[in-house]
Amino acid sequence: MILAVASGKGGTGKTTVSVNLARSLDVETQLLDCDVEEPNGYLFLDGEAGGSQEVTIPVPLVDAALCDGCNACGKFCEYNAIVSFGKIPVLFPEMCHGCGGCMKVCPRRAIQETDKRIGVIETMRSGNITLDYGLLDVGVAMAPPLIRAVKKRIRNNTPVILDAPPGTSCPVIAALRDVDFVLLVTEPTPFGLHDLRLAVDVTREMAIPFGVVINRLGIGDERTHDFCRKENIPILMEIPDDRGIAEAYSRGELIVDAYPEYRNLFQQLFGRILRLAQQNVTDDTSERRSNAR
Amino acid sequence: MKIAFTTSGNGLDAPLDSRFGRAPNFLVYDLNNETFEIVDNQQNLNAAQGAGIQSAQAVARTGASAVVTGHCGPKAFRALTAAGITIYTTEAATVAAALADYQAGALVETAAADVEGHWA
Ligand code: SF4
Ligand code: SF4
Repeated sequence: MILAVASGKGGTGKTTVSVNLARSLDVETQLLDCDVEEPNGYLFLDGEAGGSQEVTIPVPLVDAALCDGCNACGKFCEYNAIVSFGKIPVLFPEMCHGCGGCMKVCPRRAIQETDKRIGVIETMRSGNITLDYGLLDVGVAMAPPLIRAVKKRIRNNTPVILDAPPGTSCPVIAALRDVDFVLLVTEPTPFGLHDLRLAVDVTREMAIPFGVVINRLGIGDERTHDFCRKENIPILMEIPDDRGIAEAYSRGELIVDAYPEYRNLFQQLFGRILRLAQQNVTDDTSERRSNAR
Repeated sequence: MKIAFTTSGNGLDAPLDSRFGRAPNFLVYDLNNETFEIVDNQQNLNAAQGAGIQSAQAVARTGASAVVTGHCGPKAFRALTAAGITIYTTEAATVAAALADYQAGALVETAAADVEGHWA
């Protein structure tokens, strides 16, 4: 089971939900922080560091002796990361997506790959949780390859909770690809609803089953509930706007540690998610069966 | 010799566009016979990234050996330099005014990018 926790914008409680949920499960659980520009799940966990791994992408390196300045590389590159003006090409490594295309199209085989570091993956053990988090190097704008590297750590035999980056752009798509269920965390305010709608659109487009957690219930208005009702979106949990919870958060403490009764609530949340994800799988197979007929 | 001016219009009286990468048009002026042509740069306006580099390629294709604009970002600067194109930045209001400044020798060659990337 791979569950992604996402939100249309930052600061809605996405990380709070991911970490508390991971802590509440009675089994060994894998937590992946894919918010690689600003990973913060580790701040809520005490544990021992379990190592760190550099992540690189292949960027081109041109051999001036072989290059004849034909610009086949520049014509190919969609990202304007390489361009030749009749001489050895100019490279913009910060724009290179590491697709390897320029190396393949170069008629003179003048381009080789060299590794460019984009960030690291840190590992941490804390109780039942193994946390892997990506950390993008400063000045690097290439989040998706690092997110994919973090996701390569996914093990099959444990539940996986993936903290997705906020928003709806490429990094989010990279994080949500191939997950079984998406939990969208929102606040019940007009701004929250606006961002929730965008996140719902992306999730629907990717055809992943999803549900909503409303955080800080009590602020804002009823419109988020109305929206979910109308759109047939299940609200799987509501977390009240509570001073004690906010204080625990500001101390870097988990809700489930400060208020043990929440453990049960998060377990129920996970139970609902499993049922919905399961349902979706059965729907899919019955659909496939009826199509086959 | 040809010089490319960034502009939103299509004549010498048109305003000089201050952005290099996202300028709608280039007015390419031929000093030898005092004629000009307009080169469309519209496809670049929507480029998510690398608009400055694409613009530099567009200018290189026109055969211009100098470009006159308001601001030039670091990537465009590197690309133009690699293409052997000289960059002049000016605050002149119109293409005609910038051309007059150029002909009077009042424009100074830009030695480095003068704005951050998003301007390019
Ligand atoms: S495709 Fe190869 S030979 Fe042509 S400009 Fe690029 S590096 Fe040089
Ligand atoms: S590897 Fe891909 S993205 Fe990078 S320069 Fe080559 S073609 Fe462009």
